[in-house]
Amino acid sequence: MEPIIRMTNIEKHFGSVIALAGVSIEFYAGECHCLLGDNGAGKSTFIKTMSGVHKPTAGEISFEGQPMHFDDPRDSIAAGIATVYQDLAMIPLMSVSRNFFMGNEPVKKIAGLPFFDHEFANRVTMEEMGKMGINLRGPDQAVGTLSGGERQTVAIARAVHFGAKILILDEPTSALGVRQTANVLATVDKVRKQGIAVVFITHNVRHAMAVGDRFTVLNRGKTFGTAKRGEITPEALQDMMAGGQELASLEGSLGGTV
Amino acid sequence: MSDATNNDERIKDISRFRAALIRPELGGIVGTIAVFTFFLLFAFDSGMFSSQGVLNWSVVSAQFMIIAVGACLLMIAGEFDLSVGSMIGFAGMMIAIFGVTLEFPMWIAILLTFTICIAFGALNGFIVVKTGLPSFIVTLATLFILRGFTIFIPQTIERKTIIGGIREAAEGDWLAPVFGGTILKGPFQWMGDMGWIAVRTRGKFEGQPLVDGVPMLIIWALGLVVVGHILLTRTRFGNWIYAAGGDAQAARYAGVPVERVKILMFMFTAFVATVFAVSQVMEFGSAGADRGLLKEFEAIIAVVIGGALLTGGYGSVIGAALGALIFGVVQQGLFFANVESSLFRVFLGVILLLAVILNTYIRRLITGER
Repeated sequence: MEPIIRMTNIEKHFGSVIALAGVSIEFYAGECHCLLGDNGAGKSTFIKTMSGVHKPTAGEISFEGQPMHFDDPRDSIAAGIATVYQDLAMIPLMSVSRNFFMGNEPVKKIAGLPFFDHEFANRVTMEEMGKMGINLRGPDQAVGTLSGGERQTVAIARAVHFGAKILILDEPTSALGVRQTANVLATVDKVRKQGIAVVFITHNVRHAMAVGDRFTVLNRGKTFGTAKRGEITPEALQDMMAGGQELASLEGSLGGTV
Repeated sequence: MSDATNNDERIKDISRFRAALIRPELGGIVGTIAVFTFFLLFAFDSGMFSSQGVLNWSVVSAQFMIIAVGACLLMIAGEFDLSVGSMIGFAGMMIAIFGVTLEFPMWIAILLTFTICIAFGALNGFIVVKTGLPSFIVTLATLFILRGFTIFIPQTIERKTIIGGIREAAEGDWLAPVFGGTILKGPFQWMGDMGWIAVRTRGKFEGQPLVDGVPMLIIWALGLVVVGHILLTRTRFGNWIYAAGGDAQAARYAGVPVERVKILMFMFTAFVATVFAVSQVMEFGSAGADRGLLKEFEAIIAVVIGGALLTGGYGSVIGAALGALIFGVVQQGLFFANVESSLFRVFLGVILLLAVILNTYIRRLITGER
């Protein structure tokens, strides 16, 4: 199977800091690829290179077999790469329907002038929210009244609705409670089954194991390679994230609870 | 509104009252009713509600409204413009310099002034967007720069800071009446003939109504309110305005051209300030270097009374227009009611404070913050 996007030897330097020192990962359609790593491992830099926010210092990106250069996020969005950021997914003061269509507003011509088609936007928003299992009071409900998990779900539903081929989720579960996390993971599963490549960034091994098909651990700007589901244990992942040794000694005193 | 779809038992149905409270215009509507009730009860016989009285406070309110529409859209987009007052003085002076001193045809003077002022608006926006500095500081600098030029240029060229003769220079011009003229003269003459509104009782113009039509200023105000409201609520650009002010980064990630939206809103604010200035110099017949002082704050106050949040992302043009109406009616009403005019400032301070507190409370209601 051909990967939908292949990142080869990606390097990113910020001045004298080497954030990524040659990372190669392949992502496949219909799979959930978990990107694990501790804080500062380079996860955020890596996905920002994928989504066009940063240009790589060196390395190649090939998208559907073609070499790709993203000059800004709009390019990657247009190509079908959607990113859902943890806190920046939605605007709390705006209604769900306005948020859902933000940047992709449906337009209806009245007397030759383009107007925001609120009727269409409201109907689609209610339908899409229904599919994702979110019950809204109405499409004009402000996003601020939704829970964190619901906001993530709205953002995911939005990306899928607008034809994302690759969905990058930046720590979608890190600020959520148990039940909300379960909802988001269930959403990820639904999305994957629609044939979308999901890139799931997390530092929680249990969340990764719950939905991941492949696992890549980043550590200090490098990768230890990619493992398939069933080839690796949660403990091994945990160790790789922490850089091996330190956690092994800690684990003794904590009794394997981390 | 709430139907069977709501099955989370912990979410209470919101009452109609709370639903109404979430509308940004609420404060403006309540305030307008309160203000009119007050003056109808206590100042009805003062002449405030005669044709001249109505014209008086309508014109003042319309002036506030014109600049409030600009300030409102800009504030919703997340920025301030403190240079509006200076821009008004500067634009008026440019009209006088081009039209009177340099004797350009008035329509050229007006178009040139619009071009220069909108360019300054774009520059404001460009600096804010590129440097990431707060617009408060950037436009504070523009406030001083423009005011300085407004005094320096006429003093250097004409050795005075007030330039007159604009009305004469605008005589017969096709564009000037669009800002300084009056329309609907026929219906007003008719209302005068019917005895509904006061007419002149002697002199050359005997029989003509005291108020002979609707000033273009009022038409501009109403037009801008309607256009601004539709732009904000019914177009995709309006959605971008909300998004840019609500959370610029989130909007950028969703593909909204935040920088362009903000720069355009600064240009629009400069545009309305120039509309104000041109109407004013056409009415007064002169341009003065001190025109427009403190107008930026009056515009911002009208917008805040109208329910917009100072932090951006939320507000209403209709609300801002009502805020401007309250502003104008109270300012002129206190004059009619013979109340010491310094008390107007006390009123302004109090109502501003109340509006901000109410808005903050409403924000919590909308976002569910605690």
